[in-house]
Amino acid sequence: MNRNAKFIAGGGVIAAALAYMIYAGVTQSAVYFITPSELRAAPVSGKAYRLGGIVVPGSVQWNPASLELAFTLSDGRGSVPVRHRGTPPDLFGEGRGAVVEGNWSREGHFTASLIMAKHSEDYKAPRGTSGAGYQDLIRTLEKDGSSR
Amino acid sequence: MISDIGHGALAVGTVLAVYGSIASGVGARTGRPALIESAQYAALAVFTLVTGCLLLLSYAFLTFDFSVRYVAQQTNLSTPFYYRITAVWGALEGSILLWTWMVTLYTLLVVLRHRAQRDLYPWVLSVMLGIAAFFLLVMTIPAPPFERLTPVPLDGRGLNPLLEDTGMITHPVALYLGFTGFSVPFAFALAALITGRVGDAWITITRRWTIIAWYFLSLGLLIGGWWSYHVLGWGGYWAWDPVENAACMPWLTGTAFLHSAMIQERRRMLKLWNISLVILTFSLTIFGTFLTRSGIIASVHAFTQGSIGVFFLAFLAIVLLTAFGLLAWRWDRLRAEGELDSALSRESAFLLNNVFLVAAAFTVFFGTVFPLLSEAMRGVKVSVGAPFFNQVNVPLFLSLIFLMGVGPLIAWRRASVENLKRNFLGPVLVGVAAAAALHVVGVRSALALLSLGLTVFTTATIVLDFSRAARARMRAGSRFLPAIATLLLHHNRRYGGFAIHLGILIVAVGVTGSQAWSVQTEATLRHGEAVHLAGYQVRFDGLSAEEDSTHATVIGTFTVSNGHGTPTVMRPSKKFYPQESSPIAGVDYRMGLREDLYLVLGDFARDGSQATVKAHVNRLVSWIWIGGLVLTLGAILAIVPDPQRA
Repeated sequence: MNRNAKFIAGGGVIAAALAYMIYAGVTQSAVYFITPSELRAAPVSGKAYRLGGIVVPGSVQWNPASLELAFTLSDGRGSVPVRHRGTPPDLFGEGRGAVVEGNWSREGHFTASLIMAKHSEDYKAPRGTSGAGYQDLIRTLEKDGSSR
Repeated sequence: MISDIGHGALAVGTVLAVYGSIASGVGARTGRPALIESAQYAALAVFTLVTGCLLLLSYAFLTFDFSVRYVAQQTNLSTPFYYRITAVWGALEGSILLWTWMVTLYTLLVVLRHRAQRDLYPWVLSVMLGIAAFFLLVMTIPAPPFERLTPVPLDGRGLNPLLEDTGMITHPVALYLGFTGFSVPFAFALAALITGRVGDAWITITRRWTIIAWYFLSLGLLIGGWWSYHVLGWGGYWAWDPVENAACMPWLTGTAFLHSAMIQERRRMLKLWNISLVILTFSLTIFGTFLTRSGIIASVHAFTQGSIGVFFLAFLAIVLLTAFGLLAWRWDRLRAEGELDSALSRESAFLLNNVFLVAAAFTVFFGTVFPLLSEAMRGVKVSVGAPFFNQVNVPLFLSLIFLMGVGPLIAWRRASVENLKRNFLGPVLVGVAAAAALHVVGVRSALALLSLGLTVFTTATIVLDFSRAARARMRAGSRFLPAIATLLLHHNRRYGGFAIHLGILIVAVGVTGSQAWSVQTEATLRHGEAVHLAGYQVRFDGLSAEEDSTHATVIGTFTVSNGHGTPTVMRPSKKFYPQESSPIAGVDYRMGLREDLYLVLGDFARDGSQATVKAHVNRLVSWIWIGGLVLTLGAILAIVPDPQRA
């Protein structure tokens, strides 16, 4: 085998290994971004989701002793009950947007392992409960990533 | 008033930068030094104007001039003096202004330092003024820092409280000095392509510039991590956030370039690769800004909302097309003069290092834009989080640590068995022994053992090389300390590099330790109750409240004891700012070499009877910051003028 062929073979092996690692990484850690109504339409239990919506006013139940947090996320067209173990983050509140990461459990609620609500220099609370406000809000939350 | 002056100065600056860019190019092409000289004056004038704008904006901040929209957005009457200065670059418009100022500063420094250099220099000046012109254009159209606000409000909105931190003075400044610093090697690379002098001159000239840019970028990343760790209150320092990734990508390719440039200097190989890497690194700094500032990460559809994204994308397209167009045009001259002799050689170790660094950069790129790709192609938004980045990058980074040990010691061209044995047998044994010792002590994580074993191996190669050289000096009659001093000064490049490697290795230990052994817990405590974590007892002793000019604070008092020594009191808090709808966490932590205890106050009862606390014991995190200091010393050593060659 001449030098060039060796070179190409070596590069090929590395590229293939990288491609495989990326492929495996993506399939194992892909998280689907959806809204409550989309989740309602086709819930798949066990699949990793990022669910974004507004925390329905009056739905938040926080038990400090057991660190159990329950609330409902809505996108105006559908709503999903969410459960989480841990203190609600600072930006979390009724009537505000939140993005939660976790999965749909067979018992009929969303189990969130992470609640994301991060500060941004242009964060604005949405006005009204339907339409573009939601999209903008979710976008802001998505863009600003997460606090954990 | 300020608005008008600022707008005017930026408009004049734009025109002058465009003029200078064209004049310098035309002057070089037609051989008219007068034109090049006029471009130099243009560069000086642009720098002066942008400096003036920066001072003017700072003045507007200091005097609460709310007729400037940006000032009204970023500050209010209660913002303290100190943070009114940092608020200047607290958001988009001001950070573009700071960025532009740095580009013009670098341009001026290039003029001062290299104007005697006749063939590349005029084109370098032309390219750098072209870059400055773009940023000035951004400030005249999509992101004007001096935009007027009418009617003038009585008070401003106020600074994002998260930015009220000392890290915010240094982090953006360091990061941008790094980003913009890469415009110098980029400009030299383009000049080399334009003039056809694609030999080693541009690499040799830009070596120091590249190290400076690389160093500031590293510092910016580290300070960013520090800020995230002690302000954001989630217990970590790096989250593979798009913003972090944007800064990480040029760092990876820039690091690759630093190394491959040495191969070109020494062996006249990799010419094409080096120019490509510089183009890539510079483009990634622009791409990073595009990514974080256009809103495109949120959604492909958000992209059209502001015009700034279009500007950056257009500029990026121009940069890439021009640069790779020139590269194709000069293809013939970019053939390597040397070639790879053996897989066991310093060249191939460096080459492999480059391949892994670029692969890591590609991984970060892919993971960051993945949501966009999936949304654009399949209509569903799928993102990949930290697990993806860790899974793919950890093997790459571990390989890089290994190569960091191999590269500097292995022989050029072809390493003999003798050479390998002489340089690596000892370090390999030390590394294996260290891993075995850690296993005996109780470390069970295979990844941690591998990572620490490799780190020890690479550290051993550095120690071996240094002690060998010091002993040679001492045999020549020098005493211990003078031997070390002359070694460091006369081979500052080599040992500066080693010190930087040592800094990176210390950071690696910190990252490994914090990933492998950090623990956390969360509990709601009534007055007098305690939670236990990793040998610590954290007892809740009540809440108190304080108020100052900008915010009110609720403070939890916790008494912490770890079985020995006197108990200490820690006070994590929650800060409430009138302009913000939510509180901000005030983390309290005790740092140590072994571990940090890190407390975050969560929810609390208004009567002070109970509070929820999150406690983290983060292992070896301090090593990351110490590594940053070592890296700084190494970078300084590497850029001081060489007494022998200067």
